[in-house]
Amino acid sequence: MLQAFAILLGFQLGGEVLVRVLHVGIPGPVLGMVMLGMGCIASLKLRRACESAAAVLLGNLSLLFLPAAVGIVQFLPLIAKQGLVIGAAILGSTALAIAVTALTFRFVVHRMKLENRE
Amino acid sequence: MTDISRLWVYLSATPLLWLFATLAAYVVADRFAKMVDRHPLANPVMVATIPLAILLWTTKTPYTAYFEGAQFVHFMLGPATVALAVPLAAEFKRVRRLGVPILIALFAGSLTAIFSAVGIAWLLGAPHDVLASLAPKSVTTPIAMGIASLIGGLPSLTATIVVVTGILTGVIALPLTRLLRVHDHAAHGFASGLAGHGIGTARAFHDSPLAGTFAGLALALNGLLTAILAPLVMKLF
Repeated sequence: MLQAFAILLGFQLGGEVLVRVLHVGIPGPVLGMVMLGMGCIASLKLRRACESAAAVLLGNLSLLFLPAAVGIVQFLPLIAKQGLVIGAAILGSTALAIAVTALTFRFVVHRMKLENRE
Repeated sequence: MTDISRLWVYLSATPLLWLFATLAAYVVADRFAKMVDRHPLANPVMVATIPLAILLWTTKTPYTAYFEGAQFVHFMLGPATVALAVPLAAEFKRVRRLGVPILIALFAGSLTAIFSAVGIAWLLGAPHDVLASLAPKSVTTPIAMGIASLIGGLPSLTATIVVVTGILTGVIALPLTRLLRVHDHAAHGFASGLAGHGIGTARAFHDSPLAGTFAGLALALNGLLTAILAPLVMKLF
């Protein structure tokens, strides 16, 4: 478990360092995720070694967003002035994005006959 | 000074109190969510935020004091993002087989998310800085704030919009995809992560590991694509 956690932190650190050295505009953890993904595809041993910590973190992912969610409360007055407009844009756009993504995904899977081929 | 207020002065100055409050609020909200069979409306992020916000408000605790304790939880977002690679590697064969639908749905969804958010607000007469703050609303906070500042938005407003979008996605993604008769966990998860970044992904992991895996993939891909598309879409407005 601790070894698994150390591996995740190591890849995050590697991502943070590379992002700064290469001046790319993506967050360090996202680059760390890409690197660990390639590592885990290449090596089953590496994947097994991180599984325990990954399961705990991903199983409680909701908890990790609480500090940020509590933080938005202090910015709600910022929204208040444009509240209705912003609310309508978020609601309409979120529903549209979910619908378009899910329907497109299913449509292409269906057209390419990719269902249940495993 | 009474004993109680002295105790409060001591406790409110240590990280312990707010770290405990954050964990306790989550444990209660998560229990409640399990009790109602993970009903989408019982989203633990939303349910746990309410008592914490009320507590901060009634005790007049500044957010910075709360964050002293909550930062230990917040920090875990980094390794959790890296950890998304693990289920993805395990599902690599399926991801590669579904490569074409993934890429087409990614482009369609990403453009829809940016264009419709900016378009609706534009139709309703929002000023330019609000439009720019809305454009990256579906991507994970650090990327969204970077995009917003690049295209003339307000990063703190974007952070707020991103969290609200994520919670809303967690609440409506499952009922909406069911209404549209999309029962495929890969499609539903991919849509949750694309529209609702990490908070949508957290919800998708509760639906099924496969949905969560595809949500994590969509979170990463849409973060990168929105960084390219949002500045282009904003040129139209």
